[in-house]
Amino acid sequence: MDAILLIDFGSTYTKLTAVDIENEEILATAKDLTTVNTDIMIGFNKAYEKLMESIGDKKVNFVKKLACSSAAGGLKMVAIGLVPELTAEAAKRAALGAGARILGVYSYELNKHEIEEIKNKRPDIILLAGGTDGGNKDCIIHNAKLLAEHIKDVPIVVAGNKNANDEIEEIFNSAGVFYKITENVMPKLNTINVEPAREVIRNIFMQKIVEAKGMKNAENFINGILMPTPAAVLKAAKILADGTDKEEGIGELVIVDIGGATTDVHSIAKGDPSKPGVTLRGLQEPYAKRTVEGDLGMRVSAMSLFEAAGTRRIRKYIPNTKYDIEERCKFLQQNVNVIPQTEEEYEFDEALGMVATEIAMERHVGTIESVYTPMGIIYSQVGKDLLNVKYLIGTGGVLVHSRNPEKILKAGLFTMETPNYLKPTNPVIMIDKTYILSAMGLLAEEYPDMAVRIMKKYIVRA
Amino acid sequence: MQNGKTVVIGVIGADCHAVGNKIIEHALKEEGFNVVNIGVLSPQEDFINAAIETNADAILVSSLYGHGEIDCRGFREKCNEAGLKDIILYVGGNLVVGKQDWKEVEKRFLDMGFNRAYPPGTDIKLSIKDLKKDLGIEE
Repeated sequence: MDAILLIDFGSTYTKLTAVDIENEEILATAKDLTTVNTDIMIGFNKAYEKLMESIGDKKVNFVKKLACSSAAGGLKMVAIGLVPELTAEAAKRAALGAGARILGVYSYELNKHEIEEIKNKRPDIILLAGGTDGGNKDCIIHNAKLLAEHIKDVPIVVAGNKNANDEIEEIFNSAGVFYKITENVMPKLNTINVEPAREVIRNIFMQKIVEAKGMKNAENFINGILMPTPAAVLKAAKILADGTDKEEGIGELVIVDIGGATTDVHSIAKGDPSKPGVTLRGLQEPYAKRTVEGDLGMRVSAMSLFEAAGTRRIRKYIPNTKYDIEERCKFLQQNVNVIPQTEEEYEFDEALGMVATEIAMERHVGTIESVYTPMGIIYSQVGKDLLNVKYLIGTGGVLVHSRNPEKILKAGLFTMETPNYLKPTNPVIMIDKTYILSAMGLLAEEYPDMAVRIMKKYIVRA
Repeated sequence: MQNGKTVVIGVIGADCHAVGNKIIEHALKEEGFNVVNIGVLSPQEDFINAAIETNADAILVSSLYGHGEIDCRGFREKCNEAGLKDIILYVGGNLVVGKQDWKEVEKRFLDMGFNRAYPPGTDIKLSIKDLKKDLGIEE
């Protein structure tokens, strides 16, 4: 039978998913440790053997082999803009949506010290923005000059004031910098335009970064490493929500992915105020929005999670635990491979997952504030209103392997204790049980209708 | 016809009077300005950030609810701090409460660093005429 092989070269595991394209079914999944430091194909081959074993006697012909990757540190980026709340923030959102890990966000005219700092962070790509179209161009030109002078070997995506592009082109051409110019991330004040920059970032990732990370030899066997893993998840989320020309989507949704090091939240929703009389303020939000919390994780980031939450907030979920919260978090951070065995250990992990979900959602969603005016109280909203989102979906190892994913995800819902956070009130809670979201993001590149149908079938109520 | 000048407009403070704001936007556009309208409930920082990104030539601040004096304090200083050294600042609307002598009110706002201040009931056409003069694009 004809099938497609979808590969996710993750930071820890290389995960394979085989999809039967005739019956639109998941044939099998398998994983093994990622081996990017030696030869990425070693881990791949081990996983591949396991996969073929579980497929068994069936004769399978892989017509396509597509991959995404977050191995070797993922796609690391630095975003540069003018005003921190405006173009710098828009640039950051564009990079996040492209599936990047943000190493730093810089604003206004850079100085030599900052340039040195950017250099030392070793980004894979720099996103350079600044100014609305027709607006300020001094800043972006100043920054382009500094980058051209000091950081020649990092690809640069230029997505700023279009009036500055000719000059920037000259600067980069004469310095021999690899760059691509695309549409402004903020063409008009508070209007965001992140898609073109995301697409250019993805292309550079395919052309240059995959090779730089020592994964070129994987491309002899597979048809291409198409995008960073988080971009594949966001793509899957978007197509699941919106559907395609032929296949209906399920509507607005939020996806939570708790990991050892980070917690990602994706929302596919307009986020307009759901209540009358609310004024929307600030920078427009992307319809498909991804946020990454680098300090919220179950293992590598257990201590920073503790620092962000504090003892009381974690204890709220496990009032009777025998553990000293801080000590246990320290232990988990130092022993990242610990798998809970006893009831108490399970409960502790669950509590960490709940706190990570709660805080990550608070940071992702919009907030509402009451303003006292001579005309009475009025409400002003910043960010996305996700109160009426229809689905909350959990993915990632922690949630998929949890005994109680629904309980963990519910920690991300709206509560009257903090009513100013516009979190989902009453969504259907689902789980990506077969762990296929990133694979479906890849499949959607070739067979979007099928990707939607398979997700509807395999993503189930928690 | 565009006149090549960019103006940031908005209603300052906890003030949500939206109608006049729209009229000002419309009138300025008619006269060829590139208008960046940050809308109601806008703090000083939003005006300034918008002016930086859009390289604006002037900021027109509206205040309808009588607290304009409090809301506008330190505006010029913040502009200077943000590098908008010579940006033109206008303010207008119902700037203060009670029956106060306009000459005195105007002086207060000019002392604060506004280039011009307008009393209630000013025709926007008058302000635009001044603006063109101040920007050197008088026809």
